[in-house]
Amino acid sequence: MIEVRWHGRGGQGVVTSSELLARAALLEGKYVQHFPEFGPERRGAPVRAFTRISNEPIEIHTGIYTPDIVVVIDPTLLTRIDMILEGIKKGGTIVINAKRVPDKLASAAKDLDLNLYYVDAYTIAINIFKRPFYNTPMLGACVKATGLVKLDSVIKVTESKFKAEIAEKNIIAIKKAYEEVKRYE
Amino acid sequence: MFVQLKLLLWFRRESEMGKIIGLNGDEAVAYAVKQTNVDVIAAYPITPQTIIVERLSEYVHNGELEAAFVPVESEHSALSATVGAALTGARVFTATASQGLALMYEILWIASSLRLPIVMALGNRAFSAPINIHCSHDDAMAARDAGWIEFFSENVQEAYDLTLIAFKSAESCLLPAIVNLDAFILTHSLEGVEVLDDNDVKRFLPDKRPIYPYPIDVEKPTTYGPLALYDYYIEMKRQQAEAVKEAYGKIVNIMREYSEVSGRKYSPVKAYFMDDAEVAIVVLGSAAGTIRTVVRDLRSKGEKVGVLSLTLYRPFPEKELMNAVKNVKVLAVMDRAYSYGAPGAPLFSDIAATLYNVEEKPMLFNVVYGLGGRDLTADHVKFVFNIAKEYLRKGIVEKKEIWIGVRK
Repeated sequence: MIEVRWHGRGGQGVVTSSELLARAALLEGKYVQHFPEFGPERRGAPVRAFTRISNEPIEIHTGIYTPDIVVVIDPTLLTRIDMILEGIKKGGTIVINAKRVPDKLASAAKDLDLNLYYVDAYTIAINIFKRPFYNTPMLGACVKATGLVKLDSVIKVTESKFKAEIAEKNIIAIKKAYEEVKRYE
Repeated sequence: MFVQLKLLLWFRRESEMGKIIGLNGDEAVAYAVKQTNVDVIAAYPITPQTIIVERLSEYVHNGELEAAFVPVESEHSALSATVGAALTGARVFTATASQGLALMYEILWIASSLRLPIVMALGNRAFSAPINIHCSHDDAMAARDAGWIEFFSENVQEAYDLTLIAFKSAESCLLPAIVNLDAFILTHSLEGVEVLDDNDVKRFLPDKRPIYPYPIDVEKPTTYGPLALYDYYIEMKRQQAEAVKEAYGKIVNIMREYSEVSGRKYSPVKAYFMDDAEVAIVVLGSAAGTIRTVVRDLRSKGEKVGVLSLTLYRPFPEKELMNAVKNVKVLAVMDRAYSYGAPGAPLFSDIAATLYNVEEKPMLFNVVYGLGGRDLTADHVKFVFNIAKEYLRKGIVEKKEIWIGVRK
């Protein structure tokens, strides 16, 4: 079973990314769980969402404390290193939205033997949406970095989630980030 | 000919398997309700049940479901409207949670005492104060004495399945039925749900009307629930008590019938590794799966642990429970609710009462957990098993009631 934790801010579509990932895995015949974290709902406040993907039925119904994968959708959260790394499994994967990897995060990731991936989802989002919608490009980056599901499955569930015109833009953003995401060496 | 046969077999298999769709618990309930071809829905939205009401109003609005959707101004009115609608012989549904159930309270008893087959989904949420939107079983426990059938689902699939089972049970027993699903843990979690084909639902739950055998008839006016004092009241209550007891066997059969239709096994009690378990946990709702994962882990280390979960809570599965715990030495009863000043929380009291006259019975202790959505982790479950093993070793229950996951 693979556990994913998503970090973003209220209003950025963190929950949608987690949901789309779960739906894509479901489409591939896997067992899934997707759940947002519900606290006070305030625009701009840090929020989290969670995805579980497994080849076996998922019986556990607890929060996720030791994720295999952490995706940080919002670039302003990259200074919150403790939050990003909290509980992540040794050898796990982090996917961040950044033009370049912050030094502190890079060295912390090295200490934990993590795979670190980064993509400039900000520029992708601004070019495509003219607005900072980072969530779907970060999903594209996550899929490339982790190989959790096929890109094609993500595209299919994105098509059924949104209206045609919006879906099209999101798919372009997903593909772009899928191509551009890089592993930090 | 051969090709045709193969095609036929393929179609059969497709329909047998049903299709799997991603739904959260609320959506799963709404989807099942739509498939029952319900006539009247009266509900007031309240977190965490809101999505049920939203989806059903959408189904009615976009023509997928031909039903009367009554947008009431309170939960008291929601249940009152379903009482009226059920008296006409219609198939009816409502949903609520927490404070909404509290506001319905007097009508709960009227619905059951008039023997109305109303189905209600309850997104189990803690009672105020302080305001909390997350999971406790307070609302389910507040309804437990009111003469309703109560089911507990442990995942989203069960929320869907039990909704269909609840309609058939309510209509066969002429008793209202509640489907419990844990706030957020199930109501707002998306999981894959294998839904039945509409025609399979129709076969399981035929479209016959009127459902209530004595429907309101304007040509022959009737009074429902009129005055009965010390002359007849107790006889009526005795009949009601019998009806709820007799419902048990009918529900077992309905669960069996549903198992055949769906390929998913349902029974009032789920026993996991109970045959040779020395210590065990009994629990309701979404915690069951979490505990099973811990049981698997401990079993792999050779520990004789097991878990029981109740899918049917009212009428209470006494015989199955007695049978399931007959070899158990220490039983931890986990309650996600509390009964202030009582000798035990609700499930504990039920189980203690079930076992009191049994000669060979386990030692019992009560574990209060998860109030207001506090997460029950695998470590908490291990902690409970450790206490149970300690009591087994010492041969005595040192503390009858413990709370877990509470900050010091």
